[in-house]
Amino acid sequence: MSTTSKATIVHTPSFMNGDEFRVPVFKLLKQDGSPYKNAKLPEIDRDKALRIYRAMLFTRVLDERMLAAQRQGRLSFYMQCTGEEASVIGSTAALDDQDMIMAQYREQGALAYRGFTVDEFMNQLFGNDRDYGKGRQMPVHYGSKKLHYMTISSPLATQIPQATGYAYGQKMAGEGHCTITIFGEGAASEGDFHAALNMASVHQVPVIFLCRNNGYAISTPAHEQFSADGIAPRAFGYHMKVIRVDGNDILAVYQATTEARQWAVENNKPVLIEAMTYRLAAHSSSDDPSGYRSKKEEEAWREKDPVRRMRLWLESKGWWSEEDEKSEQETRRREVLEAMKRAEKRPAPDLETLITDVYDDTTPQLVEQLEQLKTHIRKYPDAYPKGAKLLDKPLDDADGGARHA
Amino acid sequence: MPEMNMLKAINAALDTAMATDDKVICFGEDVGVFGGVFRATSHLQEKYGRDRCFNTPLVEQGIIGFANGLAAQGSRPVAEIQFADYIFPAFDQIVNETAKFRYRSGDLFNVGGLTIRAPYGGGISGGLYHSQSPEAYFAHTPGLKVVVPRNPHQAKGLLLGAIRDPNPVLFFEPKRLYRASVGEVPEEDYQLPLGEAEVIKEGDDITLLAWGAQMEMVEKAAELAEKEGISCEIIDLRTIVPWDVDTVAESVLKTGRLLVTHEAPLTGGFAGEIAATIQQRCFLYLESPIARVTGLDTPFPLTLEKEYMPDHLKIFEAIKQSIDY
Repeated sequence: MSTTSKATIVHTPSFMNGDEFRVPVFKLLKQDGSPYKNAKLPEIDRDKALRIYRAMLFTRVLDERMLAAQRQGRLSFYMQCTGEEASVIGSTAALDDQDMIMAQYREQGALAYRGFTVDEFMNQLFGNDRDYGKGRQMPVHYGSKKLHYMTISSPLATQIPQATGYAYGQKMAGEGHCTITIFGEGAASEGDFHAALNMASVHQVPVIFLCRNNGYAISTPAHEQFSADGIAPRAFGYHMKVIRVDGNDILAVYQATTEARQWAVENNKPVLIEAMTYRLAAHSSSDDPSGYRSKKEEEAWREKDPVRRMRLWLESKGWWSEEDEKSEQETRRREVLEAMKRAEKRPAPDLETLITDVYDDTTPQLVEQLEQLKTHIRKYPDAYPKGAKLLDKPLDDADGGARHA
Repeated sequence: MPEMNMLKAINAALDTAMATDDKVICFGEDVGVFGGVFRATSHLQEKYGRDRCFNTPLVEQGIIGFANGLAAQGSRPVAEIQFADYIFPAFDQIVNETAKFRYRSGDLFNVGGLTIRAPYGGGISGGLYHSQSPEAYFAHTPGLKVVVPRNPHQAKGLLLGAIRDPNPVLFFEPKRLYRASVGEVPEEDYQLPLGEAEVIKEGDDITLLAWGAQMEMVEKAAELAEKEGISCEIIDLRTIVPWDVDTVAESVLKTGRLLVTHEAPLTGGFAGEIAATIQQRCFLYLESPIARVTGLDTPFPLTLEKEYMPDHLKIFEAIKQSIDY
């Protein structure tokens, strides 16, 4: 069997380097919220538009407040979605709410859109007894089974081939669902990315690969990450449909993902979306971007703020006002602060959660290790104040309220 | 009861698993129409279709990444890695993802349906890259189960047990025994328990502990020892993680001596873990130091493979030294 399809035969050497293919950028809205000439806007009703915008605004408020909390020493670590809200929320809004989302770590906007409550956010951030993850992971590693949002894992790109496998299972189940996996342009250098795209194409899987090309992998600029024209051309190598979209243009992201989803589910085929955007915030609360990029560059991107662009479009439709904005911001700020206070006060997850969920059931070795630990803590309670407090806790709260996640 | 070799028994287990559960899906390099390079997946595609038994591209990290996602979705993937020596590109997916999926999500999600099969071990003139025994790397990662069968009957029962276990399992198949080990295997569906060692032969003077292909070496060494009047108790550990400490400790409390043997190198090998645990449980009952008979601390050789291998004679010598201590 031939390894290439319909190869043309030539008799003089002919090299190509990919410049033959230029991937355009799909845009619908100008920064002032008005559509480009000839742009056909997606049909989004008022309720949907407001659901999207409220998720964007909430994400912005959450990020501001939690970064401040981290600076005050109330929180160990934080990562902001700032600048990328349209890429994350616009794509999520185009999916069925039952579709699986397998994200990287900066996609809290997707959860906000799906209805993760402010208390659910806070319980994870503070790793208390109500955190679904039982206080085992660093802040922003959210997960929700009921909202079809896979628990975040720190290693980069591991979720990408998993999304291919998950979507294969969805195809076998035949219920018309798909998976979206979201990752940065840096993660796209990992082997897992290439494995995932190739397998999705070969095995005909309904999965959407959404790359947030936000310019930086921590400090490494995109031009030191790859030498080709971004991530999009990689799809050609896997014979996969691809679209590049202005990642700060929520309507363009929404429209591109709507069509990608339809194609994926109807044909059992993968799609790659490259969303061109910018990480306006630092990589994380531990990072300072002033060491690797200019204020001028940041300012230029701040002018392209995706939240503001969406707001201007809503205002032009008469669906949002200055007053709405003020009251929504105040309400959400208050909610975040109140929820933070509640979450901070809650106890740590039970001591037993150290050894549960390693396997479906605890092994005798683990039970023995926990007993030894308890004996030790009893002997030196002052050295382990958190653990000592938990020793006296009644057992009936052992699941930490995490049962209904 | 029909007689069959270990490959046929593994094939029968996969067949039974796929017939009894639509969610069992087998894939890997060359496992489709070809039935795998060792033929462990023969006729499965023919029987269950290309959707449930298929070739993957040649990318181990992709195979296990895909398998993790498929298991998280609720399927029961049985992923084949063609040789255990080639499992390392998938190490991150196994160690950071498979093993931690349930723990990190607080049991919201798990990949308990996943089984990873891989031919492993030496004795086939495979050299460095077709002979390794990597069980200790995975034994060091909480969240995984590691199982090794010693014969066809065990292979079928343990593999069915592994596939149906609610935890991810690495199932290492001693490839030297694939065709060499022949025995009676029930046609019906049966499972053997994970996490339980099996006392193969009772004895009084020394406990010999091994798994997989080393069981054959241990049995041969025991025959030599018996001729010299040494009574050996032989145990097949069967599951490396979580391992059956009680059965081993009980035996050592009786015999007062323990010898552990594996093909993998000495340093960091799983025998070290067993020795540490048993000396703690049985310290005052031990008549001699716990003996380890293992491969050398070298990469796996080719021409001098016979010299490298912890064979029955090396084990026999170690038994005598332990008795004479």
